[in-house]
Amino acid sequence: MALIRAFETRVGALYRTSAIPGFIHTSVGQEAVAVGVCRALRADDWVATTHRGHGHCLAKGADVDAAMAELFGKASGLCKGKGGSMHIADAAKGILGANAIVGASVPLAVGAALSAKLLGTDGVAVAFFGEGAVAQGAFHEAINLAAIWDLPAIFVCENNHYAEFTDSRTMSRRETVAEIGAAYGVDGRRIDGNDVEAVHEAAADAVERCRHGDGPALLEAMTYRWQGHYEGDPQAYKPSDEVDEWHARDPLAIARARLEERGVAAAVELDRIVRDAEERVDAAEAFARSAEYPAEEEAFTDVYSA
Amino acid sequence: MSIAPEASRYRYMDAVRDAIADEMRADPRVVLLGIDVGAGGGIFAVTRGLYEEFGPERVRDTPISESGVLGAAVGAAATGLKPIVELMFMDFLGVCFDPLLNQASKLRYMTGGGLSFPLVVRTQTGAGRSSGAQHSQSLEAIVAHVPGLKVVLPSTVADAYSLMRSAIRDPDPVVYVENRTLYSRRDVRPDATQEPAPLGSARVVRPGSDVTVVAWSRMVEVSLEAAETLAGNGVDLEVIDLRSLVPLDLATLLESVRRTGRMVVVHEAVQSFGAGAEIAQLVTEHAFDDLRAPVARVGAPAVPMPFSPPLEALCIPGVDRVVAAVEQTLSRPGGRSQ
Repeated sequence: MALIRAFETRVGALYRTSAIPGFIHTSVGQEAVAVGVCRALRADDWVATTHRGHGHCLAKGADVDAAMAELFGKASGLCKGKGGSMHIADAAKGILGANAIVGASVPLAVGAALSAKLLGTDGVAVAFFGEGAVAQGAFHEAINLAAIWDLPAIFVCENNHYAEFTDSRTMSRRETVAEIGAAYGVDGRRIDGNDVEAVHEAAADAVERCRHGDGPALLEAMTYRWQGHYEGDPQAYKPSDEVDEWHARDPLAIARARLEERGVAAAVELDRIVRDAEERVDAAEAFARSAEYPAEEEAFTDVYSA
Repeated sequence: MSIAPEASRYRYMDAVRDAIADEMRADPRVVLLGIDVGAGGGIFAVTRGLYEEFGPERVRDTPISESGVLGAAVGAAATGLKPIVELMFMDFLGVCFDPLLNQASKLRYMTGGGLSFPLVVRTQTGAGRSSGAQHSQSLEAIVAHVPGLKVVLPSTVADAYSLMRSAIRDPDPVVYVENRTLYSRRDVRPDATQEPAPLGSARVVRPGSDVTVVAWSRMVEVSLEAAETLAGNGVDLEVIDLRSLVPLDLATLLESVRRTGRMVVVHEAVQSFGAGAEIAQLVTEHAFDDLRAPVARVGAPAVPMPFSPPLEALCIPGVDRVVAAVEQTLSRPGGRSQ
């Protein structure tokens, strides 16, 4: 979580100085969902994520240097610099990629779950999506397919309360995303998305059920997007008391307090983890800055296999 | 060519089915998904028998949910399966374009080759039966416009078999466009032991010397009929079946037009902004000095396909329009090639 926080914070700063091109959507404040879920997965399980996907990739094991270089559009990036922030992926780590079309990652993950089932790998596939994506037809079609085919698919909704600039509570009569599960015969649970232990416990349970053929599962992780929809969004639409309330529920602070209270780690060790994360991101930034841009011919490769 | 051996009962639709069956036997990763493709055997009965042989896991009936199914097939292709998805009518691209436009076509590129998408989208077109404007469109140009997709349009029994096998073996997403008016065309059963034709190889169906006619899908038959008609007037057409728009076998077209000096492109799709315009322009760019007349096009008028039979017939390119286009190119200064 400390690494994701450091990475995302740095990425935001680098974007503001134009070191990183394109669009950037950071997941500061939502780190517990990525870590809690991905720590319940094996290396050969798949995740498909969203435009706000850096955290999921890092939590699933993507190399930090190569992830940062990808955001810079450099040849040593995870996708040779040809994907960027919204398309960061790493097949070797089971990452089908971030996706710039809202809702599109959900059927992709269902397809990965179908592969796992038909190839007999006992793998699972996770679709990360926001509560905004729940308004897309692709989500509803995909969860229905997973349900009728009993697929090992886990639908993880990161409910950060805002669909781009719009308060998503005004975009549906429903109270929760979790209750949609019932409409498709899928177990749906709402969980505290800022409590990494709660996320992990729910995810591990869903993974276990999926591996035993009792999928799919829907988790609605309640969280909050600290930054704007994209880097540079002034966020005039967010009430300040709401922002304060959620900052007080910082997922890193919650985890830290619990570790100290239980005597698992001393303050000094936890400080070191945060410092190590900063240094790791320093190194990644240096790596990305000094990396080469792709050769010109790379514009014309990888369209087709041959 | 348009007259199949009378003795054979083997149809275009049998060839599509057998190609799928042969590839499914050879490769357990090949699966078939679509509305009614399983127990029902498909609305045109093309997939009849596959469910019985391969079972409900590999021949999978789906809800009427094209967006979810095609999206899932893209995800499955990236993770180890080789899905064939039936899109019942090509018109239904309208409800599920994103998995093709933004996913299957681009994710290989955007992951720097990290992911591959061996996916076949089987669909069909073919106006002429009053199916109405939402069940009659030939939309191959829309798909061909998207880099990362391949577009195959078989016109014969042999190609329906051979090109489907190549499409399934292909490591990239292929949109395989059948023509329902050809489903009952008969010919000898293709030889399963023969290596299938590579995608991107046009076929000279009728060698000729005066005008090159380029067509695909059902318009190959129409062009061959025009060739018969014109042969009576002493005009010798060379008819080329393009077989796939992407990859495009430009070399075969150029070789032909350099001999004939004239070309007519014939397609059932709407003419404006169609594939014919692209082919005409490419040929003009590469063989301008060999052309004796502008490349002509024959396509449907820019109207939704009418329902009423006489109006529909008016809008589907026919032999008369191909003949007229050929005669027009021959009327240009320079006379007939000799």
